[in-house]
Amino acid sequence: MTELVIVSGKGGTGKTSLAGSLAVLSQEKVLVDCDVDAADLHLILQHKIRESTEFIASSRASIVQEKCTACGLCLDYCRFDAIKHEPDSDSPNGERYWIDELACDGCGICPRFCPEEAIDFKETVSGEWFLSETSYGPLVHARLGIAQSNSGKLVSLLRKEAKSLAVEKQLDLIIVDGPPGIGCPVIASITGAGFILIVTEPSLSAFHDMERLWELARHFGIPAGLCINKYDINPELTARIETFAQDKKIVMLGKIAYDPVVTKAQVAGTTFVEYTHNGVSAQVKVLWNNLQNALQTVQSNKMEFET
Amino acid sequence: MKISIASGKGGTGKTTIATNLAITLAQRGKDVTYVDCDVEEPNGHLFLKPEIKKKEPVPVLIPNVDLEKCTFCGECAKACEYNAIAVLKDKVMVFPSLCHSCGGCYWICPEKAIYEIPRTIGVISSGDGDGLTFYEGRLNIGEALSPPVTKALKKAVPESEVVVIDAPPGTSCPVIEAINGTDFVILVTEPTPFGLNDLKLAVGMVRKMHIPFGVVINRSDIGDKGVEEYCQAEDINILMKILFNRKIAEAYSKGELVSLVNSGLLGNLYELYETIISKVNHDGTRDSKR
Repeated sequence: MTELVIVSGKGGTGKTSLAGSLAVLSQEKVLVDCDVDAADLHLILQHKIRESTEFIASSRASIVQEKCTACGLCLDYCRFDAIKHEPDSDSPNGERYWIDELACDGCGICPRFCPEEAIDFKETVSGEWFLSETSYGPLVHARLGIAQSNSGKLVSLLRKEAKSLAVEKQLDLIIVDGPPGIGCPVIASITGAGFILIVTEPSLSAFHDMERLWELARHFGIPAGLCINKYDINPELTARIETFAQDKKIVMLGKIAYDPVVTKAQVAGTTFVEYTHNGVSAQVKVLWNNLQNALQTVQSNKMEFET
Repeated sequence: MKISIASGKGGTGKTTIATNLAITLAQRGKDVTYVDCDVEEPNGHLFLKPEIKKKEPVPVLIPNVDLEKCTFCGECAKACEYNAIAVLKDKVMVFPSLCHSCGGCYWICPEKAIYEIPRTIGVISSGDGDGLTFYEGRLNIGEALSPPVTKALKKAVPESEVVVIDAPPGTSCPVIEAINGTDFVILVTEPTPFGLNDLKLAVGMVRKMHIPFGVVINRSDIGDKGVEEYCQAEDINILMKILFNRKIAEAYSKGELVSLVNSGLLGNLYELYETIISKVNHDGTRDSKR
């Protein structure tokens, strides 16, 4: 089984539009949307949610007002500036303490040291994850709660669920639509993956971000291939990115032109490869062929390594 | 006045708005600091081309165990909510990348065998560019936790008349850290189903944080009417609409500031600033009356 993760560093380079089209072109696979902050893949795959499950990853502290004596000891232990207090004439202590739930990191230290045992530490729901059916196979996706943390844990959970689904249904491929950036959710998305497809575009920003992402992939020893989206926006920079890929031995998998039809397809709630048959659609088919070859090479190298 | 520029979806034009707004205000004689809080992928420097005068490492504290004193009781591992420390029969393993630097193990150890040591996870750079002060946070490659870098960055930024904060994409902790404590949030979106879906999530976030906000619709003539209808239904102020123009995309791709090359393309950013000022002041007086 191969896990293909689509990432970009910079946001908005076209990861999800591409993931949707690859979902249509590929045969047997499980789809995963690991951009749990802002998941969009389901919007172009006519999904039906089959199962939804609460995501509980950590606990949050809260102060029980009746027990609190406003001693202020908790303040000394909180490294996240989450404990707030202000004068309160209604309180017997003349002061009220509370915990800023957005700032609380869930470290669980203040409840341990509160002499009055006035701090509760309870598991909280940080989001929800879904198993959906689409015309192109099962989709595992999620919605992180508003202003919640733990995106990395949620990403790991989605990948785990997708893997067991792939095993159960005997599917050989997992296509993961990844998040932007290079931090926690990206690391959780690519660690242990078989191959990453980097989607970039010819802008200095995207190039800069792609270089950082490539270094991250190298850091974790994951083979990478490259797709340059909207390549005709700046041909000179596209050439520079291609040279970079050659120097760094990143497999160049394809180039896709800038075409408003990609947005039109999205508005129509579908993938661009279904919406049009020319131009970008033909280009993504070339990309998919090259990608299949790259995945096969990775797979055979891995088998060689294992035997 | 602290204004942050955020968006649920990536690539909607946060950095374009933030850098061009900062430079426009600087040209009008304002004392402006631009702060790049997209510490995973900071891009503001590509446009503002600042002369960096200072670089400072961002340290976080991680535990170090004195094995002479350690009795391998395991209390530290039990207390760690992040699974960042594991105690074996005769050894203690610390996983720095999982550690949130809460200090729990240090306080809990009954033998006082744990002390904390600094570990660098990023860099803060600062300098000047075109009449403004520039600050940037940059997470080291391979590090997972960006909020400590953002937090340190925001602490390092000096007081100025206007602080423009360029936030990362998304709606979770790195964004919250970036926009926390700012007076106003500009949510940049595009009129597409992805733009709308992610805008709704971003609106949920800023409402939960009780920060006044408004929306800028970028490439307002592509896509559909979904974003506008949503803003109308939710009584959300559309601050500005920017028409799609290939020239903006080309200037952006080369690292050029559109407002310097062809100021008409982005609309009147000074007016945008004045609108925000009047909104913040208006909300302020309303709050004080309550």
